[in-house]
Amino acid sequence: MIALVRRPAPSRLWTVLTPPLAVLATMVAGGLMFAALGKDPVLAIRTIFWDPLFGEFAFYYRGQLLVKAAPLILIAIGLSLGFRAGIWNIGAEGQYILGAITGGAVGLAFYPLDSWIVFPLMVVAGAFGGFLWAMIPALLKVKFRTNEILVSLLLVYVAEQLLAYMALGPLKNPEGQGFPGSRNLSQYDAAANNELIAGSGMHWGVVAAFIAVIAAYVLLNRHLTGYHIRLTGQAPRAARFAGVNPNLLTIFCLGTSGALAGLAGLFEVAGPAGQISIDFNVGYGFTAIIVAFLGRLHPVGILLAGLLMALTYIGGEAAQSQLGLPAAAIQAFQGMLLFFLLAVDMLTNYRLRFGRAQVA
Amino acid sequence: MKLIKTMAAAAALLAATQAGAQDDPVKVGFIYVGPIGDGGWTYEHDQARQAVEEHFGDQVETVYRESVPEGADAERAITQMALGGADLIFTTSFGFMDATINVAEKFPDVKFEHATGYKTAENVATYNARFYQGRAVLGHIAGSMTESNKVGYIGSFPIPEVIRGINSAFLHARKVNPDVEFNVVWAYTWFDPAKEADAAQALIEQGADVILQHTDSTAPLAAAEQAGDVIGFGQASDMAEYKPSPRVASIIDNWSPYYIDRVQAVIDGTWESHSVWQGIGDGTVEIGEITDAVPEDVRQEAADLRDRIGSGEYHPFTGPINKQDGSAWLAEGEVADDETLLGMDFYVEGMTGDIPN
Repeated sequence: MIALVRRPAPSRLWTVLTPPLAVLATMVAGGLMFAALGKDPVLAIRTIFWDPLFGEFAFYYRGQLLVKAAPLILIAIGLSLGFRAGIWNIGAEGQYILGAITGGAVGLAFYPLDSWIVFPLMVVAGAFGGFLWAMIPALLKVKFRTNEILVSLLLVYVAEQLLAYMALGPLKNPEGQGFPGSRNLSQYDAAANNELIAGSGMHWGVVAAFIAVIAAYVLLNRHLTGYHIRLTGQAPRAARFAGVNPNLLTIFCLGTSGALAGLAGLFEVAGPAGQISIDFNVGYGFTAIIVAFLGRLHPVGILLAGLLMALTYIGGEAAQSQLGLPAAAIQAFQGMLLFFLLAVDMLTNYRLRFGRAQVA
Repeated sequence: MKLIKTMAAAAALLAATQAGAQDDPVKVGFIYVGPIGDGGWTYEHDQARQAVEEHFGDQVETVYRESVPEGADAERAITQMALGGADLIFTTSFGFMDATINVAEKFPDVKFEHATGYKTAENVATYNARFYQGRAVLGHIAGSMTESNKVGYIGSFPIPEVIRGINSAFLHARKVNPDVEFNVVWAYTWFDPAKEADAAQALIEQGADVILQHTDSTAPLAAAEQAGDVIGFGQASDMAEYKPSPRVASIIDNWSPYYIDRVQAVIDGTWESHSVWQGIGDGTVEIGEITDAVPEDVRQEAADLRDRIGSGEYHPFTGPINKQDGSAWLAEGEVADDETLLGMDFYVEGMTGDIPN
């Protein structure tokens, strides 16, 4: 018999080991699924994990990897701060949308002014939009002790309706022949978040993501606020005695994650997406939650997790068009990754004991 | 430096593959907005893809990507196909417009065909179908069949394409039934069975006994079936599994002739950019079998209407027609021009409710 025994403290070794193990298990189980679908499993896994990085067209895919990973990392970094302190912002998708709307609206308001000031203003407005949207659950929690999980999540749906309204109404392209969607910001030079080096995928959002990783690392390891965040997560009572103001911490964590999600939205709408449209958001805010946990809420872990997640997207797309794999199989494959991560995660907190079962 | 080298190498490689293209089979790519099993819009595009394969055999190779989100991801999906050596790429949703134009700029030797859009380039053609012609026929049946005089309409997005269909169906429902009212619900999706079912349910609860849909799944028909005395229509595809009722007729998109035509043009080297809008007369829009659930005389009238539209004898937008606010649009006998139809952003007189704006 195998028994589970709780570890006195989470195993450091397994904390590091479980993500690669989960990836490996996913490759095996996914390979079996692809084989069952009648595709060559080795080729499929190679197309997903290897070709985008080192294949024939890697020069294109590597850049796309950054484009896809940047918003995930940027949002996940913000979320991880709150998650560490037990403050659950589930509504990053809504803050992402709001950042795109406010930042994009500032850019559109200046059209067609050609000035260097336009883009920085959009960046500020984007971050501010996300910040404000996150302040709703933050203030409600502080004032009325509402549950920030529910409030932030439900505000995503409000944000989506607002987005549809903006794309159909106030921000609609006046030269768009009545079709919904704003002007294309990526074609308006002063507002465009284009690639800094052509073909590299590097845009300002990627730069911001890297900065966020470094800043979060410094904050958590070298700064008092970071210490407070970690302390609150590990021992809330002790934190109170240590003089942590839980209300301020709630506002800080939700505000920061909102602002970062807003930034991600702005960089996306001014660059890769180009315009505010009804279905501008594709779930980065939700996927970022997965990225945050996959990365163990650690800045460097999140960086790697974001890139891995992006790889499964990009590689998964390639597998669809090159091998004719159905889209659902790719989604199942991504689902497996999370499933295995959670399953293997058990080993961090429990150890296996082989032998006689104990009577409870 | 290394990046520039790899880019140069890739460019050389691309040039090489394109130079050798004549001997190889023509590679045709398809970008779909929904899953190929949606039973509606994407299903029909994929049927046409299969028709292309069947028609040309070894001369062509087709590839496709399903469920591609409209937005940032679409551009990568199209680029991927172009990099993969596609000679001709069909992007089959309105929302792929900007992405198609952007990718086309980077791949001047690849031909692109964008469905339902309005932006063309030297290597980007657009094609669309006059669905409003078919919707006139469905509207006629809906107006004749409703007993509650309430027709529910599930709209996808308030874009000219959809508004045109609503107006066309409404005008022809009113012609046979002056008391009929249309109730429009916007689903803001092309394909989402759950949302579509909810919308159908809400319309039925408000008293609608006929449901028209401009979304792609069979969920509204399933809702109609469950409700009992409610009928609906197949959208984009025949949706024959709901015959003879609730599905009493259907509007079918048949893209095969157009796709075969355009692939042939690429093989012959005669492909040129254009912007076409085909209808019942070209075989692109078809009306599926009208079932026995519809009385004989209504079936006959509907078939007549279809034939008169197909032959060009009758235009579904023939005056006198006023706009919703009562202002004049088309005078007696005047026929709507394509430009107005393509940008249609208003309801006709008698429609209730506002277009979200």
